[in-house]
Amino acid sequence: MAGDRRATMGNIIAQRDIEKVFIADSHSAIGIAGTAGMAVEMVRLFRLELEHYEKIEGVRLSLDGKANRLATMIRGNLGMAMQGLAVVPLFAGLEDPSAFGADLQTPESVITGPGRIFSYDIAGGKYEEHDYFAVGSGSMFARSALKKRYEAGADLATTVRATIEALYDAADDDSATGGPDLTRRIFPVVVSVTAAGAVRWSDDEVGVVTESVVAGRMLKPGG
Amino acid sequence: MTMPIYASPEQFMRDRSEYARKGIARGRSVVVTTYSGGVLFVAENHSPTLHKVSEIYDRIGFAAVGRYNEFENLRTAGIRLADVRGFSYDRRDVTGRWLANAYAQTVGSIFSEHQKPFEVELCVAEVSGAGAGGVGTAVGADQLYRISYDGSIVDERRFVVMGGVTEPVITALTASFTQGWDLPTALRAAVAALGTTGENAPRELLPAQLEVAVLDRTVAGRTFRRIVGSTLAALLVDPAAPVDPEALVDPEAPVGPAEDAGIEPGADASAEPEPDGEQQPPADGDT
Repeated sequence: MAGDRRATMGNIIAQRDIEKVFIADSHSAIGIAGTAGMAVEMVRLFRLELEHYEKIEGVRLSLDGKANRLATMIRGNLGMAMQGLAVVPLFAGLEDPSAFGADLQTPESVITGPGRIFSYDIAGGKYEEHDYFAVGSGSMFARSALKKRYEAGADLATTVRATIEALYDAADDDSATGGPDLTRRIFPVVVSVTAAGAVRWSDDEVGVVTESVVAGRMLKPGG
Repeated sequence: MTMPIYASPEQFMRDRSEYARKGIARGRSVVVTTYSGGVLFVAENHSPTLHKVSEIYDRIGFAAVGRYNEFENLRTAGIRLADVRGFSYDRRDVTGRWLANAYAQTVGSIFSEHQKPFEVELCVAEVSGAGAGGVGTAVGADQLYRISYDGSIVDERRFVVMGGVTEPVITALTASFTQGWDLPTALRAAVAALGTTGENAPRELLPAQLEVAVLDRTVAGRTFRRIVGSTLAALLVDPAAPVDPEALVDPEAPVGPAEDAGIEPGADASAEPEPDGEQQPPADGDT
């Protein structure tokens, strides 16, 4: 899951380096679009809820359980959303092998299965997506780019590159999506979730991929 | 004419204390001690699913003895309290001292006001940083608090022994304790100390009879880790086993690094709860 770094207030860039993609817990990630203040608060609460459940019960929630809880939170915000303060998340993760007593002798990759992606609307509707998805003002462009770039079964490096290309394309056509800021070295936030866990890529790691993407665009601007 | 039942307040309180003390002494023991890499909890616990040792917050752990349903209540309340505070303020504002005081107040009120005192003894432990810790923490500033059934709170320096018959355990641990000892040494000493009490002592406790966890000071974020399975067995039996920090993580539980490159703990990989006859709380529900 990758997200750009721009927050806008009308035509003004309110923040150049806002983070929109977060690790929700050890095996899931959440990205947000909409009203920044509410969204960040909601993510904070969501992460706490997952952690709280884990500490009380001793096992983590199932992936569906997490997705459902998020849906309920979004539904709870419907009143504010109708008044313009909407939050729209994108949630993705792997089934946690330690949830509900899975047989721990089986390799993790077999237990966890493929990743799953969930999108939401402001009414709290939860929709499982396949292969790829995007949310936010530039999501149309990002999704169109991913439609062409997506490769089923691609490795992690290829996939991360595809998402950064997609963000670049979104920034190319949507003023509210920020492209990579090479002067300040502000790059997209990238979180990858594998059987080993959710990892936020370091700025350096993302920088390498981003600079490569930009270099490619120097030769072929359309990517 | 029937005589009114009267007991002096001193007698009344003494009886309550006796009752709680007896309840706690019937169960099995728990040892909490500091070591070079953090804080170690070792409990004699024959159930793989009903825990005496638990995570409360990033750097705070909880251990309890006595009546299971009572300390389970306290554990849950403590987690809730800590999570709410950490959310309302900041994660660093949740301290072991604050939590221990909250527990002392709660348990003390219960002792005085409820029909029956809680037959529990708690330990709240907070691990300090590895030098680059938060405000007010430094290496070697681990805190261990013991909260008794009547709400009295004691700040322990070296280790805490609770539950069951504690004298032989304390004696053994006092003899073997070294400030800043490493994990395998501390673990083996704690297990040996626990083995000095109970029926047919001295006993050699097996991994299946133990519940072991640490607060690992070298980890950012949530520091609580359970030591189970092959990792625990290896630490117990092989004196030459090299200890590397990776080995502290249960290999079966996935480790997901948090966004700041810390390590998310694997939740205890519990199988289906097996009702262990000894853990069912009968009239004197002791664990």
